[in-house]
Amino acid sequence: MRLSANPTTDTVLKLATVSVAMFAFVFVVMVPLYNVLCDALGINGKTSAQAYTAVDAAVDTGRSITVQFIATNNDGMPWEFRPQVTAMAVHPGAANDTVFFAANPTTQDMVAQAIPSVSPSRAAEYFHKTECFCFNQQPLGGESNTLMPLQFIVDQDLPKDIKTITLSYTLFDVTARVSDQIAAR
Amino acid sequence: MGDHHHGPATGIGRWLFTTNHKDIGTMYLWFSFAMFILGGTFAMIIRAELFQPGMQLVEPGFFNQMTTLHGLVMVFGAIMPSFVGLANWLIPMMIGAPDMALPRMNNWSFWILPPGFLMLASTLFMEGGAPAFGWTFYAPLSTTYAAPSVTFFIFAIHILGVSSIMGSINIIATVMNMRAPGMTYMKMPLFVWTWLITAFLLVAVMPVLAGAVTMMLMDIHFGTSFFSAAGGGDPVLFQHIFWFFGHPEVYIIILPAFGVVSQIIPAFSRKPLFGYASMVYATASIAFLSFIVWAHHMYTVGMPVAGELFFMYATMLIAVPTGVKVFNWITTMWRGALSFETPMLFCIGFLILFTIGGFTGLMLSIAPADFQYHDTYFVVAHFHYVMVAGAVFSMTAAVYYWLPKWSGRMYNETMGKVHFWISFVGFNITFFPQHFVGLAGMPRRIPDYALQFADFNMMSSIGAFIYGASQILFLYNVLATIIAGEKVTDEKVWDGAEGLEWTIPTPAPYHTFEVPPKLDAAHA
Ligand code: HEM
Ligand SMILES: [Cu+2]
Repeated sequence: MRLSANPTTDTVLKLATVSVAMFAFVFVVMVPLYNVLCDALGINGKTSAQAYTAVDAAVDTGRSITVQFIATNNDGMPWEFRPQVTAMAVHPGAANDTVFFAANPTTQDMVAQAIPSVSPSRAAEYFHKTECFCFNQQPLGGESNTLMPLQFIVDQDLPKDIKTITLSYTLFDVTARVSDQIAAR
Repeated sequence: MGDHHHGPATGIGRWLFTTNHKDIGTMYLWFSFAMFILGGTFAMIIRAELFQPGMQLVEPGFFNQMTTLHGLVMVFGAIMPSFVGLANWLIPMMIGAPDMALPRMNNWSFWILPPGFLMLASTLFMEGGAPAFGWTFYAPLSTTYAAPSVTFFIFAIHILGVSSIMGSINIIATVMNMRAPGMTYMKMPLFVWTWLITAFLLVAVMPVLAGAVTMMLMDIHFGTSFFSAAGGGDPVLFQHIFWFFGHPEVYIIILPAFGVVSQIIPAFSRKPLFGYASMVYATASIAFLSFIVWAHHMYTVGMPVAGELFFMYATMLIAVPTGVKVFNWITTMWRGALSFETPMLFCIGFLILFTIGGFTGLMLSIAPADFQYHDTYFVVAHFHYVMVAGAVFSMTAAVYYWLPKWSGRMYNETMGKVHFWISFVGFNITFFPQHFVGLAGMPRRIPDYALQFADFNMMSSIGAFIYGASQILFLYNVLATIIAGEKVTDEKVWDGAEGLEWTIPTPAPYHTFEVPPKLDAAHA
């Protein structure tokens, strides 16, 4: 296809199109593709950000998986943040409940966001959360504390060699981010 | 006006408004040399600090600014523009064209560079200092934790990206549309071929780099979270985007160097290049493969095993076309009537040292081994073998080789050879020991180190000062040649040299090939 009768102009127009397309490629292909791939393959230890709807399935009482919980504060986050229990033994297919403790020691109202990560990352797609405080931002008044619920099911299809799953949460301070968004509205 | 056979304009206007490919080439070359000196100064500060363990001269924060700016200035300011300068000078002369296809755009692509680098260098004097996150500017170091000057860094990258893209479009348009009649693609000199392919790589990946810094800009100032986990983004995404640009970038740096070496080795072997067609295909396959190996820089981020294996095998595959090239150069020299003038010495130095760099690259490509090598001085040694002894040596060879054609004067051969030997020895004293400290676990980008690394680091620093000092000799030799070198008038300055650029008078007139040359059988 010729974009111009002048061969030089033609070459330039085509190449300029390619470079604009490559710029767009980063935003409209690479970013979504990365997220889709990570979700689909469960790499990066990312778990789904949506609640899982439990399906009827037999509880595999013959197998016991240790699930460990880790809570970390991101840089500069002043909250106290820890799991109520640090490890529990669960059967694949069974629903389990636990809670995380959070306290805001400052005098300001703050908003936090917890970001989960599962290790080994292969286990991420078999770790289903039916309810999680990480699905929403967590507002907490100054000098108060709360218990944040987590409900999860370990899939029956979890590869046999995985005996321990570690679920780690990093807590980010998103107060400024949220107030920016409100101000922008 | 109207008369196209006038010489250059006079005064500063000649340089500001010139559309002549030779003038623009000259400006690119001098600019890149200035950047080479600037980046070299940063390197000397780094090596001075590392001369002994403990904190000696500079603050750790400033040290980080030095490693960052050294890398950025050398890659984007010294190596890339120097080869663009060479392309400007040589491509029209090699394909029998009167000028580049888009002379005015050519002027622009050069003249936006100095302001871009001025902007980058000015960050040194800003509140919070210059960028200190490494030349690979990984998020969140370069976003959440960056000094405010990062915004200027981002715009500087935008500017030099635009410059590179314009320069590449110009080169492709020239090669595709301005070849002399009879100059078919498979008759083009290899330097033209490698630049054509490089230019395509640049058009494809410089926009990706621009995209990466634009996302940083948005994360920093507009509340997006491409790379921020708190908002649902992912810092590892940054690394994927950066290296999707970054690995093709290393071939952008080395392919024109391959082209230079493929011109010079035949000239001093007095034999045509062995395996011309295979050289072209090898270059093209390297360029293609360079798009599918980027994650070999990220083996340790926690990729799935299948990913590690894919990137490992794909990376190893690159060694095949690269090996084809190395063997072709050696075969070209085999039973040739060799002579060892300075350009040839630098090319042989290139050949030996680049091959060592290729081998360390192969070691790094082994995913399980790379968990140990990653982010150590071993990587530093690897990429200096390919970028300094590869790209910079070949660039130096090119200057010695074509300077007599450009200036009509011969450089001082003895001084050239001395420059080569000091460079060669200095380079190896600097970087060879870095393999050892790297294997022993010395991390890169640190201002202080454990005592057991002291001896090798002192060696490295001494070598670096030697290599640095030898560049002053180079500058002196080039200046002395231009001002008062012995005049040469032979069209063919080197008896073994082949190609259209050696059919025009010496020094190359301001305008060449205004009438397309007729290709005789000898050039076919
Ligand atoms: C046979 C060819 C090559 C192979 C197999 C290879 C392989 C690799 C690998 C695996 C790494 C990552 C090491 C790590 O970070 O742990 C690396 C780093 C690097 N390579 Fe190569 N390489 C090759 C050629 C080149 C060439 C030709 C250049 C440039 C002219 C180059 C420039 C670099 C640079 C700049 C880095 C370090 C980037 C950074 O982290 O700052 N390599 N190489
Ligand atoms: Cu690479």
